Amino acid sequence: MRELTYREAIREALREEIQRDDRVFIMGEDVAVAGGAFNVTQGLLAELGPERIFDTPLSESAIVGAAVGAALMGMRPVAEVMFADFTTIAMDAIVNHAAKMHYMYGGEVSAPLVVRLAYGGGMRFAAHHSQSVESWLANVPGLTIVMPATPADAKGLLKAAIRTPNPVIFLEHKLLYNTKGEVREGEYLVPIGQADIKRPGDGVTIVATGLMVDRALGAARSLAREGISAEVIDLRSIQPLDEETILGSVEKTGHLVIVHEAPVRGGFGGEVAAVVANKAFGYLDAPIQRVGAPWTPIPFSPTLEEAYLPKESDIVTAVRSVVGASAG
Amino acid sequence: MGYSDQLTEKDLIQMYRWMVLTRVFEDRICGLWGKGGVVELPHGSQGQEAIAVGACYGLRQQDHVMPSLRTRGAFLVKGISARVQMAGVYAKVTGPARGKATAHHMGDAERGVLLGSGIVGASITVAVGAALAFKLQRRDNVVVDFFGDGAAQRGDFHEGLNFAGVFKLPIIFVLENNGYSEYTPLSKHFAGSDFACRAQGYGFPGMRLDGNDIFAVYEAVQAAAARARAGEGPTLLECMTYRYRNHCEVQPPEAFRDPAEIEQWQAKDPIARMRAQLMQRGTLTDALVSKITAEVEAEIDDAIQYAEESPFPAPEELYKDVYAPESPELVVGRRS
Repeated sequence: MRELTYREAIREALREEIQRDDRVFIMGEDVAVAGGAFNVTQGLLAELGPERIFDTPLSESAIVGAAVGAALMGMRPVAEVMFADFTTIAMDAIVNHAAKMHYMYGGEVSAPLVVRLAYGGGMRFAAHHSQSVESWLANVPGLTIVMPATPADAKGLLKAAIRTPNPVIFLEHKLLYNTKGEVREGEYLVPIGQADIKRPGDGVTIVATGLMVDRALGAARSLAREGISAEVIDLRSIQPLDEETILGSVEKTGHLVIVHEAPVRGGFGGEVAAVVANKAFGYLDAPIQRVGAPWTPIPFSPTLEEAYLPKESDIVTAVRSVVGASAG
Repeated sequence: MGYSDQLTEKDLIQMYRWMVLTRVFEDRICGLWGKGGVVELPHGSQGQEAIAVGACYGLRQQDHVMPSLRTRGAFLVKGISARVQMAGVYAKVTGPARGKATAHHMGDAERGVLLGSGIVGASITVAVGAALAFKLQRRDNVVVDFFGDGAAQRGDFHEGLNFAGVFKLPIIFVLENNGYSEYTPLSKHFAGSDFACRAQGYGFPGMRLDGNDIFAVYEAVQAAAARARAGEGPTLLECMTYRYRNHCEVQPPEAFRDPAEIEQWQAKDPIARMRAQLMQRGTLTDALVSKITAEVEAEIDDAIQYAEESPFPAPEELYKDVYAPESPELVVGRRS
């Protein structure tokens, strides 16, 4: 099967959706002529023309607010807010408008927009260009929050996101853009809301999102050498949350470690832990462990940022502690 | 006064009637507030009726309006019945979104009303997006976006107007300058001379006009709409007016302001002014004025009765319409 990068897979999804549906268009800062801050939309202007992809002023609030208005009028905007950190500026449009339109219109219309966000650390971009913002948005009814970890999922999930009649937050990890993976040719969708077991196992369940799926897989490989069989679940979306896949795995393994790049405190891992504690408490052989960032802003210097970001070794340590806890 | 000259006698009477209907609606709910029944805290638009009615009269059904929090007349002129508006004020199941949205920010896609925002100013960018869609769809509809002088101080005013200017969008920004941002007078929240001149900075025309003169408003909006339909872009209209009630019914009208100021503006009342003009030209007579008043009172009586007799939404309504229906090939799984 052919291989594409995560970036190319996203670009292919955008191209295909714009070509199949007249209502779809892309807008954002430097998305057209410059091809996006991470080159995701490179070349699309020449292929699709200036009415289907265009540059906007540096106005995150207006980009998302206008996407909401256009969506209400029957368009299917894909709004890019470049760095996920900038959602703070667009938060009102996302939280108070996009998310609530269908409800406040009494079901008459909805706001089918996609907000694409590049998130995550590891590029020495410091505190304002590196954050993982998913849990800021996870407490907002009306939103759908997608976090693809592989090129194949990125393509299929983005196509589904563009087609759903509801607003979707689409979080792309910056360090994944260059990663390669098999992406089959032609048209396919990945339904949003289905977690994917990226590696089966029966000793411990590791639930992860985005780049942390890759870190969890690395941890699982080294744990295998110690005789610990880890099952790695890629949530793919945190809203909807695929509780069944998580619960089914924990019922089998009896151990749970949750990994995300956002700070542990207040992070989405707490929600996953609560679901499992509530619905599969009897299956747990040890306390649940969470792996995430510490309670600090994201620092600039490489030594500091490395200390900040969750690593494979952190996951390995957490797994050992839960497995050891039940053995002891 | 080209556009106003083309208004027929019937148009003039209808415009007058819309203003009276708006006034009576607002007066009645302000009077009923605090006595049980009215749930929506009234943010009265009395004194500002010429702006909503003058701007919306003559728009097409699919021209969209984005009401401010003080544009009751816009809903009525756009075809939302006094019954539905009143049921919304009473928070009944027969109101907007079956009781899940207020009447003064309600949306109605069929009648061309965009859902407003409780965060004043935030609706500007949404209105701009609706205009963007009209342009991309090559439809010659326009958006009329209402907001107040308070909202014009939000960052969204700048982002929205700049965006509209850059893309030459078919939108008319109607700034209702009533001299107050909640309880703060213009002199305390604005150091500039006027808002209209801000349009220059966004590359489109802006003008200040008498917002209590329904013909001035109608004329300016019709001209701006013609410009917008011709692809010439946005217009900012700063309509000078005054609200008789306070920001909302929590405070009496005279709180934090000089009662003489209210009286001065009542002498410039937009409804009395239009009535005098129409009587002078013989379009209105005492008998017709009385007939219109009686009809409007009856319409509001009926709306109140309808609202009072309508049930509240059942608790199950809470869970409906959080998400639009999705096919399983796109989204699976439980939402909560």
